[in-house]
Amino acid sequence: MWGEWANWLGPNEWQAVRLSLRVAFWATLLSLPLGIAVAYVLARCEFPGKQVLNGIVHLPLILPPVVTGYLLLITFGRRGAVGQFLDEWFGIVLSFRWTGAAVAAAVMAFPLMVRAIRLALEAVDPKLEAAASTLGASRLWVFVTVTLPLILPGIVAGAILAFAKAIGEFGATITFVSNIPGQTQTIPSAIYAFLQVPGGQDSATRLVIVAIVIAMSALLLSELIARRVARLVGGT
Amino acid sequence: MTLELRVQHRFDGFELDVDITAPKGVTVLFGPSGSGKTTLVNAVAGLLRPDLGRIVAGDWVLADTQARCWLPPHRRRIGYIFQEGRLFPHLSVRQNLAYGRWFAPRGAQPDSMARVVDMLGIGHLLGRRPAALSGGEKQRVAIGRALLAAPKLILADEPLAALDEGRKAEILPYFERLRDELSIPILYVSHSSAEVARLATTVIALRAGRVAGFGPPAQVLGDVAAVGARGAASVLGARVIAHHADGLSELSTAAGTLWLPRVPDPPGAALRLRIAAHDVILSRAAPQGLSALNILRGTISDIRTGEGPGAMVTLELGGAGPDEGQGERLVARITRRSVAALGLERGQSCHAIVKSVSVAPGDIGTGRSG
Repeated sequence: MWGEWANWLGPNEWQAVRLSLRVAFWATLLSLPLGIAVAYVLARCEFPGKQVLNGIVHLPLILPPVVTGYLLLITFGRRGAVGQFLDEWFGIVLSFRWTGAAVAAAVMAFPLMVRAIRLALEAVDPKLEAAASTLGASRLWVFVTVTLPLILPGIVAGAILAFAKAIGEFGATITFVSNIPGQTQTIPSAIYAFLQVPGGQDSATRLVIVAIVIAMSALLLSELIARRVARLVGGT
Repeated sequence: MTLELRVQHRFDGFELDVDITAPKGVTVLFGPSGSGKTTLVNAVAGLLRPDLGRIVAGDWVLADTQARCWLPPHRRRIGYIFQEGRLFPHLSVRQNLAYGRWFAPRGAQPDSMARVVDMLGIGHLLGRRPAALSGGEKQRVAIGRALLAAPKLILADEPLAALDEGRKAEILPYFERLRDELSIPILYVSHSSAEVARLATTVIALRAGRVAGFGPPAQVLGDVAAVGARGAASVLGARVIAHHADGLSELSTAAGTLWLPRVPDPPGAALRLRIAAHDVILSRAAPQGLSALNILRGTISDIRTGEGPGAMVTLELGGAGPDEGQGERLVARITRRSVAALGLERGQSCHAIVKSVSVAPGDIGTGRSG
């Protein structure tokens, strides 16, 4: 049964699906702590330059993805300042590798994640946090024991939104890490590649269906988890 | 355990200036909204940093801005009971209760969970979430949570204001118990003179950020300048003598016998009663053929007239009671016209009439007055 389904997709198509999932998973997971931190700073702190930080975070959402990809290339590429540093000190090479695709996906998905978490943070009543501090909790403990549990639905929603965005990322990825089968060819770039060659239409269609299924599942899952968590957090 | 409050703070055209040292017991901050009560309490809690402040509970210095000492809220060891309860919605009642205890320093000896749960009658709620509690239940849990943090000072910011009359009657006795059983100071914010009369050891009447009156409740509540004509009331000590078959209870006071709708306390219990100044009628001759049961004798010690048509008459109640406090006072709010018509003057003896039913159950608390 499973074999038949597995054979429904060709090996190249499978490769693209697996790579997409891996890229999106790591992109989401690794950007989550930073996303929470940035959302907290934007929601709770007042400092000069706050609007600049807000702008930088949201830039990938408004810039043409190709521009973001190009900026990533000149920053994290082999010759780029950060890329050179990572290569020399840690032996990490991002350009034209799947790790680079993950970075591109993370950057593109980051604004969506931060927005969702920030909204959740702004909905938390600061009076509850004040109550926790009068009961002896330091700021860190207030965050861990009160704020974090209360924004969990927002974090889950942000993570799933970011995951879906990362799966679908195309422009920045193809600009930064190109379209190498097995290395950097995610579902969108594979669909694009199949459409460029004669007879690739069927493969492209199958991947389109896969993309729809993944997107729908992510949405349903996020609804389900959000409801569960909301019951757990605010529950009766 | 005295409570020293010295706070000066200026913001948005409002100036708070308080310098008071209250004796042990419950200190009630009393005043209309906007008088600075919550500002003062938040300064004590450390949630607001005043321009100048020295706050000391017993030997525990929470703040002394001149000595550059300012403890952050989480190191102040206070049990803050908020108006809205502020229970953590994601934690069960049991976890809410344990929250402060977990952060209490080693060596502090918080009340045992079992004792507090038992005292507040919340044992059956432990497994529930706050969302499944009624207003009164939430507030009892909030009291428990504050107590279990091993506080050196209890703050309560209008903890009954969000409750209906029935729930108020349910919670007030717990505060009376705290007053009688705890050795730490309690700072209690209220705009209800009934709560002041029942709970306070000391009252600080705040008006527009300044102390308008300070002292025992009978003294402050009887002072129109401190609490305004509407809030003025007498607080009398009384002792339950007997309960009668017609639904009335007989109480002895400094000025004679009072008949009230049946009180729940057993004969012999000491109570304090609040009698609103506008519920008292004065008569120079001993009234006859009157439906009111309670007629108290006293001597007029003060007559004050203000801007309006009203006058406030203070009676020193005649010391008829064997052991109830001498020098208890009754204030009556009548019209200036009546003062003139009756020819009331200082030093005259006079009769005060109080309808039994005008002393509501919420006006009767346990404990001695003053």
